[in-house]
Amino acid sequence: MSEPLWQSYVPRLERLARDLGLRFQPVEFEAVPESFMMEIAVYGLPVRMPHWSFGVRYIYQLVQRHMGHSRLFEVVFPGNPGRAYLAAGNGLAENVLVSAHVLGHADFSSNNLLFRRCQAEVSERIVEHAAQHARQIQQAIETHGLERVEAVLDAALALEQHVDVDQPLRRSRYREYADPPKPLPDDAFRRRFAALDPPGAEAGAAARRRAPVPPHPERDLLWFVAQYAPELDSWERDIFLAVREESFYFYPVFATQIMNEGWASYWHARLLREADFIGQQAYLDAIRCHSDVVRPAAADEQIALTLNPYHLGFALWERIVAERGLDAAFAIRAEEDDFAFIRNSLTRDLAEELGLFRYRARDGRVTVLETDLDALHEAILASKYNFGAPTVLAESVHADGALDLRHDHALDGRGLDLDRGRKVLEYVQRVWRRPVRLATVDPDGVPVQLSAP
Amino acid sequence: MSGDVSREPPSSAAKWYELFSRGARDWLRHDAKVRAAVRAHLPEMIAGGELIGDAARTVRVPVKLLEHYRFRLRHNAERQGAGQGQVKPGDVFTDPAQGGLPGGRGPGSEAPGEVQVLLEFRIDDIVEWVWEELQLPNLAPRTGPSDDPDWIRAGWDRRGVRSRLDRRRSFRELVKRRGAAGAAPAFTDEDLRFRQLSRRRRPAVRAVAFFLLDVSGSMSERDRRLAKTFFFWTVQGLRRQYRALETVFVAHTTEAWEFDEAEFFQVSGSGGTVASSGFAKVLEIIHERFDPGRYNVYLFYASDGDNAASDAGAARAALSSLVAAASFCGYVEVAAGVSPRRGSETGRLFAELAAAGGAADSGALGQFEDVWDAIRRFFGPRASAGAPP
Repeated sequence: MSEPLWQSYVPRLERLARDLGLRFQPVEFEAVPESFMMEIAVYGLPVRMPHWSFGVRYIYQLVQRHMGHSRLFEVVFPGNPGRAYLAAGNGLAENVLVSAHVLGHADFSSNNLLFRRCQAEVSERIVEHAAQHARQIQQAIETHGLERVEAVLDAALALEQHVDVDQPLRRSRYREYADPPKPLPDDAFRRRFAALDPPGAEAGAAARRRAPVPPHPERDLLWFVAQYAPELDSWERDIFLAVREESFYFYPVFATQIMNEGWASYWHARLLREADFIGQQAYLDAIRCHSDVVRPAAADEQIALTLNPYHLGFALWERIVAERGLDAAFAIRAEEDDFAFIRNSLTRDLAEELGLFRYRARDGRVTVLETDLDALHEAILASKYNFGAPTVLAESVHADGALDLRHDHALDGRGLDLDRGRKVLEYVQRVWRRPVRLATVDPDGVPVQLSAP
Repeated sequence: MSGDVSREPPSSAAKWYELFSRGARDWLRHDAKVRAAVRAHLPEMIAGGELIGDAARTVRVPVKLLEHYRFRLRHNAERQGAGQGQVKPGDVFTDPAQGGLPGGRGPGSEAPGEVQVLLEFRIDDIVEWVWEELQLPNLAPRTGPSDDPDWIRAGWDRRGVRSRLDRRRSFRELVKRRGAAGAAPAFTDEDLRFRQLSRRRRPAVRAVAFFLLDVSGSMSERDRRLAKTFFFWTVQGLRRQYRALETVFVAHTTEAWEFDEAEFFQVSGSGGTVASSGFAKVLEIIHERFDPGRYNVYLFYASDGDNAASDAGAARAALSSLVAAASFCGYVEVAAGVSPRRGSETGRLFAELAAAGGAADSGALGQFEDVWDAIRRFFGPRASAGAPP
């Protein structure tokens, strides 16, 4: 175990980082076995609720690792204190690099506004919260049986991405009554009209009207089901809200991936470069490891149809610091997310230098499209909208409790996968306990309605 | 997969996360769900004939991993994206993901290929499930005198062979004697107690199943597969009931031969059909090796129903004495692909015997699904067996 050796570097790296202007909450480092690293990668959190779908991901992960893909060096959980897990199999140089990388992440999550807002909602102790959720669900399994709990989790986890992080985590229900109609302007016409004494004019104005549910199309489906499902038990609601809380935690990680990984990569490179206490050999090994991490998806003469977020983010941050200085970089890391970051900082020059291009692929043939910076930004960001999920809105609840969902196909550009849509409706229907319907379009653009049952 | 979960035994400094694997727990749950799903579709799956013909006591069923569904956009034939590399607008190349471009790296797709797992099921389990599913009562075994040697414990004696010495009881005798006589010497021969056995008679629980197959020219390959499927499940059902089930495989055209199980299903003959040759062969084997007083005899006969007209009398006579000797005679008429004909020569023969009160019945196999009807018919409650064709 190289534990004592790399850990002795951590305080010195921290001091150096603070000298260079990074500001972060304390981080607790721990070296853990590979198997546990893999579980963290699968669950996203060290301890998380049990569900069979994680078992499936676990097997995929095992297969991938078996094939030599995807090696995990570190996972870091923002919070106070932050927690960083390092793979126990890392060598000394790798661990020095990874520790520096973790400090970059810690600075990012301590300062980025999106992170801070979500952390303010979720609290800085998401790791403990998630463990608490897992315990709570284990208890529910003991009380209500695996089948029933699993039915709730099937629905809640299927809607995992359908949250609205712009709303507070502890969001109150809609107002029960609609606003009273605005008093009518007191003008000559109104006076003459009132003098005619139209029937029912007074009664209509005075009665309070119940607001429709939802008053506007609602995209926070987890919250909506938790609050308005006609016959939800309180323990079922708790599960929905637990999943929602974890989604609030995951959102900033998802929405700032390019920035965050790029920032951490920029800082591990810079910290290593400026750390005179690291031996020559360790430095060289670490830098070799660095260049593996930030390797472009396509090196040399190759062509890749994906981008490596580490590489893209790293290149962007290098450019920003070089051209606009460290203070501007600090401001950007505090204020932006990937959408702003890509649109504001990926310039025509840089895109050309990195060899970024847009393409259209059909039947295995790829055509490179003409250069258009705005379109390139959107191509990079396309998969990040709405937490990476199609836009599905709760539209109305009928008198019999039936729920109408609508897929905004105009926004997403095409309809839903109908088979999967139907399956998700079946999940939701089991907790909504009334008919659930979903409007989308079929491959020909003709409106279709899926329903369960 | 479990190999990855095992580690060194947790030392005193073991961390909580080393004590058990959450991933493995959830994988096991997935596994249980798949098994439940497989079980729910078992009759169809087995009817498809996929499980048949394995001498091993397990079968491996390839299953796809379950998918936890989410809302997803429809797959588009055309996709757009951002890539990296030295290209010019208008360049056209083949998608590296499809292996066209050497050295290219494909999109790191979210779904890493199709992973299939092989789940291993014990045939015994499957048979249990199927029989539960079909809710069949067992065939009533024939009770009768039997020479089955069966020894039971019956008391103790002062004499016996050393291997049956009951030490505890012997010691108890010693203690008793000491209690009575005060200070007593060590064991004497008087103290020793030996276990005694006695013999008792037991009703016959042995069974033999005859599988008689018509392999004449008119039986197609598919016919034989159908018959094989049916025989397979019949064997399994009988094995469930009898600890020691003997099987005899007989094939006939105008003559009859006995085969072992492996050869039996490979046999294909040519020429006409003389059913009585098969019946006579079975009778002969019964007389030689399986005394009906000690064995439950089952006969299952599969044929396409054509029998030489000249054989009618001989077949009736042979079958009558078979039905008298056997616990049950079942006949399945195999006609792959076509709807089962009614009223063939052999079918009528079985029907007559059943009507006369013999333990006989017949069914028809047109396709794999019919196997279940036939099994239900033969193993189901006799009363509901329905009118013979």
